[in-house]
Amino acid sequence: MEKLIPTLIDGLNLGSVYALVALGYTMVYGIAKMLNFAHGDVIMVGAYTLFVCITTLHLPLWLTFIIAILVCSVLGFIVEKLAYKPLRGSSPLAVLITAIGVSYLLQNLALLFANTKYGMDKQFFSSFLNLGSLKIGNVTISGVDFLIWITTAVIMVGMMLFIKKTKTGRAMLAVSEDKGAAQLMGVNVNKTISITFIIGSALAAIASILFAAKYQFVESTMGSLFGIKAFAAAVFGGIGSIPGAVIGGVIIGIIEAFSTAFLPGSVNAASDGFAFVILIIMLVLKPTGLLGKQTTEKV
Amino acid sequence: MLLEIKDLSVYYGVIEAIKNVSFSVEEGEIIALIGANGAGKTTILHTISGLVSAKSGSIKLSGKEITKTPAHKIVEMGIAQVPEGRRIFSQLSVFENLKLGAYTRNSQAEINESLETVFSRFPRLKERKNQVAGTLSGGEQQMLAMGRALMSKPKIMLLDEPSMGLSPLLVSEIFDIIKSINKSGTTVLLVEQNAKKALSIANHAYVLETGKIVLGGKSEDLINNDSVKKAYLGE
Repeated sequence: MEKLIPTLIDGLNLGSVYALVALGYTMVYGIAKMLNFAHGDVIMVGAYTLFVCITTLHLPLWLTFIIAILVCSVLGFIVEKLAYKPLRGSSPLAVLITAIGVSYLLQNLALLFANTKYGMDKQFFSSFLNLGSLKIGNVTISGVDFLIWITTAVIMVGMMLFIKKTKTGRAMLAVSEDKGAAQLMGVNVNKTISITFIIGSALAAIASILFAAKYQFVESTMGSLFGIKAFAAAVFGGIGSIPGAVIGGVIIGIIEAFSTAFLPGSVNAASDGFAFVILIIMLVLKPTGLLGKQTTEKV
Repeated sequence: MLLEIKDLSVYYGVIEAIKNVSFSVEEGEIIALIGANGAGKTTILHTISGLVSAKSGSIKLSGKEITKTPAHKIVEMGIAQVPEGRRIFSQLSVFENLKLGAYTRNSQAEINESLETVFSRFPRLKERKNQVAGTLSGGEQQMLAMGRALMSKPKIMLLDEPSMGLSPLLVSEIFDIIKSINKSGTTVLLVEQNAKKALSIANHAYVLETGKIVLGGKSEDLINNDSVKKAYLGE
């Protein structure tokens, strides 16, 4: 029983980071109608950027965060322009394979970089963000935990307002529903998709900051399992839905934390898979996901 | 000359969909393009709007070349399209659809003014302002698509099959609205399979067959033309 609250806190932490990555997945899918499988790797690039800035260059923390967000945003922009935009209008399979290719390219570039520079792929941060902690009874919640939760909640609400209230947000909704009709309104579809990738990648950068602050490591393959789980979270919540991505992320995180904590030792190792079992059950029961809309096309 | 199309050719892959089409639209007119399904009417409108690119030929708006102008800039220059099948944003509200129509405009005061004009022309849209557009009836969706196009304050409005899927009564209502939009100063280029209706409101019309203009002239002359009668008016 005394494991219950700490496990829940673990789950919320993991889930919040998944949620931020899932937001990027869901926005890109919703607007550009493609699965950007390289999205998970953007947080790996973000984490390496942090590592280099903090450990090697000893830059001030605030500057480090800004650099990580900039690097990821520019990366998202370039990847879309070079790899995905030329394929717009071709088969979804071609785009999907390209995305997987980009994912491996980023992983291998990171591996190459880490091996040449540090002689080893997996690197550990020294604890760089110390925000104290709060003790309630015998449960300790760290400042970083709070930071993770608040950041995720603020970003979710912020994104919902951005989509609903701004002109760019409305353009995104229009492109999401009908690219041609959006063009007839004067919306620049290419620009709108670029903005979507930039925002998604910036969110991944924020996820990488929170992840590094909490778990304090980075390795070249961290993005791929992370990305798949975040993708599962987006599907679980209903792909295309912003609150859905966050709720999906939190649920996947909690399931993972609980299966790690409570399953017997030998099954425990399979906790990564457990979240996916729940996902499959969910999709059988409700194929559009938790908050996904059943789109009825009216002609 | 408001809109001038000269020797326009458009290809889909190797298939020539539009072959050396030329016609022009004077300011204040209603021009109709009539023809059977697959004649290339929609392709012409899509090329004007920049959704499809021309292989050769030129499109000029008020003397300015726009053949290679990207679609999103063409709206700003004064060409709005009411596409075939309406293509309203069905998951957004009526109000949000109208706001998207004014996407290229910046002055909030002017946008509000246009909104009032659209609402007074289509009172039903005002009543259903907050309703999700996908739940509107076919006629209401057509009105929304037209209202949305008017929100960009166009010089010329391209209408693609506005009568499609509507009851005869509604078709008459929509055509009355087109006439009144034209009267208040918007030039209209109308594409229709319903030739009778189109000829009844147009000043000039062109008959399109497999990508070529085979006939053109004043509407009243075309109405009395024997081959038009036989092929398009069912007489």
